Amino acid sequence: MTNSRIMRVLQAAAGMIVLAVGWQILSFVFPHYLFPPVPEIISRTIEILITGSLLVDVLLTAGRIFGGLFGAFILGGLLAMVIGQSKSAENFIAPVLTFFQGIPALSWVVFAIIWFHGIEFRVLFIMVMTTLPAFTFQILDAFRSMSKDLFEMTMAFRPSRWTLFRVLIVPTIVPGILTAWKVNLGNAARVVVVAELVGATGGVGYELLRQQQLFDMAGAMAWTLQLVLFVLVVQQTINAIENWALRYRAVSERAM
Amino acid sequence: MTDPVIRFKDVSKTFRRPDGRGDFVAVDKLSFEVGKGEIVAVLGKTGCGKSTMFNIVAGLIEPTSGSARVVGHDPFHEFAFFRGKIGIVFQNDRLMPWRSALDNVRLGLQILDSDPRQAEETARAWLTRLGLSGHENDYPHALSGGMRQRVSIARAFAVDPEILLCDEPFSALDEMTARDLRAEFVRLVRQSDKTAVFITHQINEAMEIGDRVMVFHRPARIAYETRLGPGTTDADRRKVHEDVMRVLAVEQTPA
Repeated sequence: MTNSRIMRVLQAAAGMIVLAVGWQILSFVFPHYLFPPVPEIISRTIEILITGSLLVDVLLTAGRIFGGLFGAFILGGLLAMVIGQSKSAENFIAPVLTFFQGIPALSWVVFAIIWFHGIEFRVLFIMVMTTLPAFTFQILDAFRSMSKDLFEMTMAFRPSRWTLFRVLIVPTIVPGILTAWKVNLGNAARVVVVAELVGATGGVGYELLRQQQLFDMAGAMAWTLQLVLFVLVVQQTINAIENWALRYRAVSERAM
Repeated sequence: MTDPVIRFKDVSKTFRRPDGRGDFVAVDKLSFEVGKGEIVAVLGKTGCGKSTMFNIVAGLIEPTSGSARVVGHDPFHEFAFFRGKIGIVFQNDRLMPWRSALDNVRLGLQILDSDPRQAEETARAWLTRLGLSGHENDYPHALSGGMRQRVSIARAFAVDPEILLCDEPFSALDEMTARDLRAEFVRLVRQSDKTAVFITHQINEAMEIGDRVMVFHRPARIAYETRLGPGTTDADRRKVHEDVMRVLAVEQTPA
């Protein structure tokens, strides 16, 4: 590990340690049902991870997040391609997506509960509807940033549409897709909790609701940390994919 | 006599001005022919429509009027016919930054659905021929300007096109590198008996490369044309140089 990387890890760890110490001090001052001690939160967090019946709830939520994001990504990608090739399609679709962007996640939850019966379909619907506009606009931006020079150069070889998509469009939009996944992952994690809180019988959101009913702050923190850990792990995975996929980019030795 | 490889007959191209106030004529009833194996250098000031003519030959844009034919076909509408028939070297290298030098050279072959192993061999051979052996796996950002332009020349030649179009390919390079590449380019074109149209704004470059030199006025139409060959003496060349200078000097600046 390089010195700068060690320094970065230490700085990040220091911030978290300060937060934990602050919380621990609050646990000395306030009752434990308001601010449970840090060791108790950690032990409850580990308990969830090693207890199969509890871990299932975490995996269920993770599956819902991935399902929703994947659905929105596919649909958003298709919409972006359609919009990118037709001004009329843009005039027709873009205002609808902008309108959807203004609808709060909680409203989608209410709509889903009224419209649909199945829990999984409800959650999937909510996830797709809340992340679809961002996916579409981000992929569209990436598509539009495609170099005219490279497009003309590629067209000079007379590729088929599929080959053009494969050799030029996909590599061009990959950075935008990765950014879209990173941005939407955080949003999806927040939305899924709301969806599970109101309309599900399993998952992290449902467990958080149970902890609230039991007035168990340590449990609430432990379940929240499951989601935070999940987001961190996936973010790091996306970062690793990004580093690999964009390894061709020149990196300046001088930092900003 | 064989049919010309490129034939322009009264070709015009008009663009709408970006501000919407009227049209802009880039090419005005341009007529010329290029025979097989000929290297034609096209000279003209910036904005005289050289690149528009180039894009019409390449089939990237459609003429507003007139007839443009390349090997007897319409380069804009007969899209599939020209697969692998035209190789282009642009002013900037236009390398895909996410592809290594080898993969950039392989691009055209990949688009033409060549056998992957054969394509790799061909790409490697062209990189070696252009002095880039050992740089096959380098990404464009790790190569110098001259090396990148060599890769783009290799990319154009790798598909073994009938026609080569070059749009000021060496203008961004230093004179030494440009001179070496020019000599290399002419050698490769002659060896493979290809037809080439070479756009430049440098008189010396045009005279060094072309069997024929055409000077464009703005909007693109031929203001001067001459043939050069092994029999052309130094005195003839000096005379051509002076004539071209004079033609370029009298050209009006755009309104």
